[in-house]
Amino acid sequence: MSAPGGRAASAPLLGRESEPTIFELSVPGRRSASFRRTAVPEWTAEELLPAEELRPAPPALVEISERDLVAHVTRLAHRQYSVDLGAYPLGSCTMKYNPKLCDEAAALPGLIGAHPAAPAAYAQGWLALLWRLSDALCRVTGMSAVTLQPPAGAAGELTGLLLMRAWHRHQGRSPAKILIPDSAHGTNPASVSLAGYQTVSVASDERGLVSPATLRRHLDEDVAGIMLTNPNTLGLFEEDIALLADLVHGAGGLLYYDGANLNAILGVTRPGDMGFDIVHLNLHKTFAVPHGGGGPGAGPVAVTSALADLLPGPLPGRLEDGSFAWHQPARSIGRVHGWHGNALALARAWAYILANGGDGLRRVSEAAVLNANWLLAQLRGVYAIPFDRPAMHEVVVSTKGREELHALDVGKRLLEKGFHAPTIYFPLIVPEALMIEPTETESPETVAALAQALVEIAREGAEEAKAAPRGTPINRADEARAARHLVPTWDADGGEDRGPHQGTLSPE
Amino acid sequence: MLADLGLASPEDLFRSVPAALRLAGGLDLPEGMPEPDVAAEMARLARANRASNELICFAGGGAYDHDVPAVTRALAGRSEFVTSYTPYQPEVAQGVLQALFEYQTLVSRLAGLPVANASVYDGATAVAEAVNLAVAATGRSAVWVSAGLNPRWLEVLVTLTAGRGVEVVEVALAGGRTNWEEVGAPTGPPAALVVACPNYLGCIDSVGEAKKAAGAVGALLVSVFDPVAAGLLRAPGELGADVAVAEGQPFGTPLAFGGPYLGMFAVAAAHVRRLPGRLVGRTLDREGRTAYVTTLRAREQDIRREKASSNICTNQTLVAVAAMVQLAWLGTSGLRELALRCARGTRYLRDAVLAVPGVSPLVRAPVVREFALRLPLDAEVVIERMAEEGFLAGLPVLAEGERGLLVAVTEKRTAAELDAYVAALEKVIT
Repeated sequence: MSAPGGRAASAPLLGRESEPTIFELSVPGRRSASFRRTAVPEWTAEELLPAEELRPAPPALVEISERDLVAHVTRLAHRQYSVDLGAYPLGSCTMKYNPKLCDEAAALPGLIGAHPAAPAAYAQGWLALLWRLSDALCRVTGMSAVTLQPPAGAAGELTGLLLMRAWHRHQGRSPAKILIPDSAHGTNPASVSLAGYQTVSVASDERGLVSPATLRRHLDEDVAGIMLTNPNTLGLFEEDIALLADLVHGAGGLLYYDGANLNAILGVTRPGDMGFDIVHLNLHKTFAVPHGGGGPGAGPVAVTSALADLLPGPLPGRLEDGSFAWHQPARSIGRVHGWHGNALALARAWAYILANGGDGLRRVSEAAVLNANWLLAQLRGVYAIPFDRPAMHEVVVSTKGREELHALDVGKRLLEKGFHAPTIYFPLIVPEALMIEPTETESPETVAALAQALVEIAREGAEEAKAAPRGTPINRADEARAARHLVPTWDADGGEDRGPHQGTLSPE
Repeated sequence: MLADLGLASPEDLFRSVPAALRLAGGLDLPEGMPEPDVAAEMARLARANRASNELICFAGGGAYDHDVPAVTRALAGRSEFVTSYTPYQPEVAQGVLQALFEYQTLVSRLAGLPVANASVYDGATAVAEAVNLAVAATGRSAVWVSAGLNPRWLEVLVTLTAGRGVEVVEVALAGGRTNWEEVGAPTGPPAALVVACPNYLGCIDSVGEAKKAAGAVGALLVSVFDPVAAGLLRAPGELGADVAVAEGQPFGTPLAFGGPYLGMFAVAAAHVRRLPGRLVGRTLDREGRTAYVTTLRAREQDIRREKASSNICTNQTLVAVAAMVQLAWLGTSGLRELALRCARGTRYLRDAVLAVPGVSPLVRAPVVREFALRLPLDAEVVIERMAEEGFLAGLPVLAEGERGLLVAVTEKRTAAELDAYVAALEKVIT
C-alpha cells in the first residue's frame, strides 16, 4: 500500500484559497507507484545499458502518496467549470451536454485494449465501427468518402487544403490563393499558410454574408478555392451559397466547408447539396464528443468522389464476404496522424449517432436553432444586434452603443451569475461581440435564466460588470504580467523543489 | 418557444436555407436507438475485435501496452476535466490551467528543456510542428531526418509539410545508428536535423553525434525521445536538443487503437515565441492571488491568423491531464523503475529468442525496450501464426533494407509470458 497522506485536511471548494502546486506537496521518500510481480531477473541499469548513455539520476518528478495526489487533483477539479456543472454558451465551440452512454461505450475493454497495429482479422470490431462511422458521415454531409485521421478541426482544415492542392496538381495547375471571409475562424488562415497558400480576405456585406458580387471581384485563375463556414460565424446561413459555388467552380476552384457549425443543419441541408467539395467535421462539437478541457477532438474530412482517391490512408473498407480490411487510396496525399486518428473520440461519435439516428440528429439542429433564436428575441432591445436576420444555432450581439459596458465585462459578470461566458470579441468584424451558443441540450428554463442574466447585466450597468467576477477562485488574472514575466513551469520561478532550470525566463 | 417567435413549425426555423437546398425526407440513417440497445451494439463491436485486447501484447512501434492504475482513470475521468473546454475564462478554469502548468513542468523535466507546451496531437504531428518551428526559425526549407524515425511519423511529416515545400531527406542508419555523413540527397543547408533516441528499432542512437552534425551546418536539433526511457537515459536537452518531442501515450493512456494520444513538445528558451499551440503561465490576479492563464497568446491562430506559429486550436488537454496524474503517481523513483522493468524484460526476451534457431538480430546496437529480429519467415506470417497462439507478436519492420519483426516489452510482461512467447515463436517458425 502507498504511504498515508500528508495534507488532506482542507479542501477549498471553488474557494478563494490557492491550491499549492503538486511540487509543493512533494515529500522525499513518498510514492504511489506499484508494479506487478514478473519474476524477471533484476538486472541493474549498468548491466543493461552502456554507462555513457545513462543519466546520473532520474528526472526529478514528484514524490507523493496516492491519497495526496487524489486530494490535490480533486481540489483542482473543484476550481473548474464544466458542461456537467451548467450551461456553457461559448459560441462556435458547441459546448453541449455529452451523453454518459458515449463515454461508457468508448471505455469498453475490447475497444481500449486494441493495439492500432493489430492485424485486421483481430480488429474487425474497430474496422466495422470506423467503416460505419465513415458511411454515416458521408450521408450527413452528402459526400462520397471520408478520412477519420485528422485529430481536430484545424488538422482537418490542413488536410482538406492539402487535398485541394493535390487535386489542382493532378489537373496540372498550381493556383496560389485561398479566399476566406473576414468573419472566419483564425484556424482558417493559419491552415492556409501551413498548406503553402496565401490568404485573401473577402469582406462580408451589409447582411453579414458573402455576396456574389464581392466574390466575383476576387475570382481569377490563381484562386485555388474558398473556405466557408455555413452557417457562418455570425450564426447566419450563407443564402447565396449555390451561386457562390457555381462562381468558384466556374473559376476552376474548389469549395471547402468548415464544419464548425454543422450542428445547425443536420438533416436540413448538406454541404454536398450546397456545392462543397471538401468538408471537415468537428465530432467534438456536432457529435457531442466531450471537449476534455481543450481536447482531444476529432476532425474527419469528407470529400466528393472526384477527390476520394487522394485521401490519407489507410481507409477502412468492407470486403465482399462482409469482413473489413484496410485499403490505400490510389493517389493518397499520405498520413496525417501516427495511427488511425483519435479512435476513442470516433467511437463516442458513433455511439451518439446510433442513439440519435437520422431523426434525432434533425431534432438536434431544430432545438439548437430554436434555443438560439428564442435567446436572441429576449436580448433584442437590450444588446445591439449587428446583423438582425433569422439566426441559426448561435447569435452574435454587441454591447456597442452602451457606454462603458464591454463584452469582456459582460462575460466576467456572467461567471458570477453561474454561467460560463460566451465567446467574446469574435467574429472580429463585430466590435464588442458576444457570440452566444446555447446548444440544443439546455432546457427552456436554462435558456430563460441565461437570457435573464444577460439582461440584468446590461441593466446593472458597467460598474458591477467591471468588478466581476467575485467569488470565483480568481478575479481577472494579470495577463500582461504573465507574458512579460514568463513562468511556464514551476522550475522557472526557482520554487523550493528546484528542478534543473531555475530563474525566470525573459523571452527577447 | 416556437409560438413565442411567431413560427408555426420547426421547418420555419430554417427559412434562411433556400428551398432548393433543403434535404427532402431527412437523413438516410436508421432511427435512433434506446440507450440499452446502443450499449449492446457497442459491446458487440468491442467483442468483434476477436479479443485483440486479450492477445498478450508485444507490439510497440509508438503504442505501448503499459499498466494504467485506477487513480489515473478516476482523476482524468472527472467530468470537470472531461466536459470543459479550452480555458478562455481563467477565473473558472484554474483546475485545467494548473493541471497543465504541472504537466508542462513535468515534460520540461523529462526533456531537460525549460519550456514545454500544453500538448499537440501525437508524436507524429509533434515532429511536423517541430520542423515547422525550425523552418520558421532559420528561414531554411530542407530537413534531414534520421531513418530511425518511426516510418509513419516520417510519412506524416512529409504530408503535413509538403504544402510549404519543405524538403525532407532521409539519412540512413548504419548498425542501428544514424550516419550523418550519408545524407540521402543533396539539399541546401537544413533547418533541422531530426534524430530519434531510442529509435524505431529500439536502438540508442547518438544524440551527441546528431548535435555535432547539426552544429556543423547551423541547423537546429530536433530530438525525438521515449519518455519512459527518459527514466534511464540522458535527457535530450542535456545532449543539445533545441526541440524535444515525444509520444506521451505510455503515461496513462490505453492502446485505444491509436488515439487519442499525446504529443509532448519542449523547447530551448530561444524558441519560446515560436511554440505551437497553448502555453500556460503563472501570474497574479487583481487581488494578488496566484493565477494561471494561457500566455504568449500572440503566437496563436485566433490572434495572429495567417502568421500564427501553428494552426492548432483544440489539442489533447485531457490526455495531458492523465499524463500529469500518471507521472505524479509514478514519481521520481517509479519512472526509473518503470524504465528499468521494461529494459529488463527486453533483455530477457531478446536473449531468449536469439537462442531460437533461425532467429538473429536485425541490428546490433544497444536497445532499451524494443528490438528488431530477423526471422526465417515473413513477419506478417509470423504475426498471424503467433496470434493463433495468443500473442500479438510485434510489428513488421524494414531496417536498413531488410525486413523483420519489431518486438516491444513493457513492465506488464511476466517471465512466464516471455517464456511462453519464446516457445510459441519456436513452434511457428519451425
